[in-house]
Amino acid sequence: MPESFAFAPQYASIPHRDHTAELGMWVFIATEVLLFGGLILTYFVYRHAFPEDFAEGSRRTEIVIGTANTAVLLTSSFLVAWAVEIFSPDTARIVTWLLVGAACLGLAFIVLKGIEYSKEYDEHLVPGVDFQFAGSRASGVQLFFIFYFIATAIHALHMLIGICLLITLATICRTAPTTRHQTALRSGALYWHFVDAIWIFLFALIYLPGRSSS
Amino acid sequence: MSEKNYLTTDYTLKSWFLTTDHKRIAILYFASLIFFFFIGGAAATAIRIELATPQADLVSSDIYNRLFTMHGIIMVWFFLIPSIPNTLGNFIVPLMIGARDLAFPRLNLMSWYIFMLGGCTTLFAIFAGGVDTGWTFYTPFSTLYSNSYVIVAAAGVFIAGFSSILTGLNFIVTIHRLRAPGLTWYRLPLFLWSLYATSVILVLATPVLAITLILIATERFFGVGIFDPRIGGDPLLFQHLFWFYSHPAVYIMILPGMGVINELVSCYSRKQVFGYKFVAWASLAIAAVGFLVWGHHMFVSGQSLVASLVFSFMSFIVAVPSAIKVFNWTATLHKGSIHFDAPMLYALAFIGLFTIGGLTGLFLACLAFDVHATDTYFVVAHFHYIMVGGMVTAYFGGLHYWWPKMTGRHYSEYWARTAAVLIFFGFNLTFFPQFILGAEGMPRRYHVYPPEFQVWNVLSSGGAAILAVAYLMPLLYLGYSAFFGARASANPWNATGLEWQTSSPPPEFNFTTQPVVTRAPYQYNGDFQAEPQNA
Repeated sequence: MPESFAFAPQYASIPHRDHTAELGMWVFIATEVLLFGGLILTYFVYRHAFPEDFAEGSRRTEIVIGTANTAVLLTSSFLVAWAVEIFSPDTARIVTWLLVGAACLGLAFIVLKGIEYSKEYDEHLVPGVDFQFAGSRASGVQLFFIFYFIATAIHALHMLIGICLLITLATICRTAPTTRHQTALRSGALYWHFVDAIWIFLFALIYLPGRSSS
Repeated sequence: MSEKNYLTTDYTLKSWFLTTDHKRIAILYFASLIFFFFIGGAAATAIRIELATPQADLVSSDIYNRLFTMHGIIMVWFFLIPSIPNTLGNFIVPLMIGARDLAFPRLNLMSWYIFMLGGCTTLFAIFAGGVDTGWTFYTPFSTLYSNSYVIVAAAGVFIAGFSSILTGLNFIVTIHRLRAPGLTWYRLPLFLWSLYATSVILVLATPVLAITLILIATERFFGVGIFDPRIGGDPLLFQHLFWFYSHPAVYIMILPGMGVINELVSCYSRKQVFGYKFVAWASLAIAAVGFLVWGHHMFVSGQSLVASLVFSFMSFIVAVPSAIKVFNWTATLHKGSIHFDAPMLYALAFIGLFTIGGLTGLFLACLAFDVHATDTYFVVAHFHYIMVGGMVTAYFGGLHYWWPKMTGRHYSEYWARTAAVLIFFGFNLTFFPQFILGAEGMPRRYHVYPPEFQVWNVLSSGGAAILAVAYLMPLLYLGYSAFFGARASANPWNATGLEWQTSSPPPEFNFTTQPVVTRAPYQYNGDFQAEPQNA
């Protein structure tokens, strides 16, 4: 594959540059794991303290939307993985469309999330804004919804960054793909899969407690 | 000096503020850190003046709270944590591994802009009214009661955290991927091992601080009860999350200092570092165990006794790799051909001060004593011995050592040695009395105190005055030497690191030909040449 770019002087070769870039993305993902890790830790502390309240809060979430979002996100990850797999100078067109498709699914996720948020707002489940919950479990349920909103908001922010990334990748892969683009695509795909993987954890923590029986 | 070097390639402002050259970015950090150091120092000065008398003469209790908070926030997040990694590290890492730049030069520049954005945000919080929570932002005070700019200050720290993470990421990838041919891990200078360990902490601990600050801001902004016990929250959880970052952060501060000391001790005693592999792995051991000891900040917080015992035990364990380093520096000095140049004076001062700070750390790791000493001046003295006596001294030592490489000029050896001795003397006079004050029970963070504590406080304030003068001196003679100092050769100390194999100051891409490493580091054989100094 002809390489039309001069690469930065600190690298010995093009593969050297590309591997270095991917290692950078892996290290970045390590920091992201710890970011969500701190959040998930607080979740477990409070779920341990208020198991019934968290189950109660969980039953108030919109499991249909949550499940749909999981499916949407997994499909988008599949499209991105497909794009990485088939990337070559001959497949620029398909790669571009796969990435656009993944970005659209990402947008669909955000839209569904917005619908979910507005439903929760209507049910007075947003802590700090108009939280109302009858009964003795109010404070535990509120803690659950604090976690829910902070975690999903930070996740949605990552999604928005990821969507911008996918659109950028789609744009650069449209023309004359090189190993430089391939590396960018692989790194971007790593990020997107990471955001997806975080959602799998959030899905299990948010929607599933208290729904196992009846 | 006819050929172009990194300082003379271009003179425009644009060439500085849009540079991707790690050496120029290091200089940008260096200038910003001097600025923050003197802001934090000004707050410290005000604190020591206030404490010279037992009454409240200078400031009210509220202003005093804002002063020590400002001192803590600025010094910890905007001086100590970025100091060695971002200035010396940025400058030296690529040179030491024979690379032409860091792995991600543009990311490096972005780190500096993020750092400055965070710094300016925090300065805004301070000058808009200040923060009175202490640098730890303990809840529920910071979320419920504090009537100050907590969210803005926390936002500044949050932003600066990104800069830390990106710098750590850059160093890790650079050290993994850009080493010169032949530079195996066991040929790596120990400064790089310590920076590598530091970077691991930066990458893995900083995000936890970030999420903690988000939770604080959310609680304060929306009035929800994440840490508020009235509605189910847990203030202890805040302390766990906060110290999960902030205890390792202590090692972010001290590990690079230890790395610098390895270079200095070896070079100025003309000997190989004793027990190279042990010193190298000790850095990683400190980083790893450092993640498991945060609970020793919480012995009196109400956590369970079992937790306290475990954290106490783990804190003792950290002393082992730290002691390995001290013993190995001592063994390196043994029968060495020791040259008492200014950097070496700083290195020797470091070893002494770090040992005092480290041993008093063992006192505090001891559960029973810590209950007595918690929140007294004993703790203040202990962490200042590590963070100022250790870290700042090492920073000055490294700065003097690499100054000829960074500027191509020699500083005045006479003034440098004078400053080193004054810093050592002033530092001990400032902080040793605080051990006694703390042991006698004077609590920290009070601006009035019983009159019987005044003698020690006056001594401490007097020492602080000497320290302040001593810290100003390098600004003058180093500043002078940067423009008028005698020219330095490529390797004025006859040192062995790769960074000395290129001209001083280095050219834009560091090396004209790719260096190849064929031997272990620190192969000193007794020859030392310091070049003629300007008086």
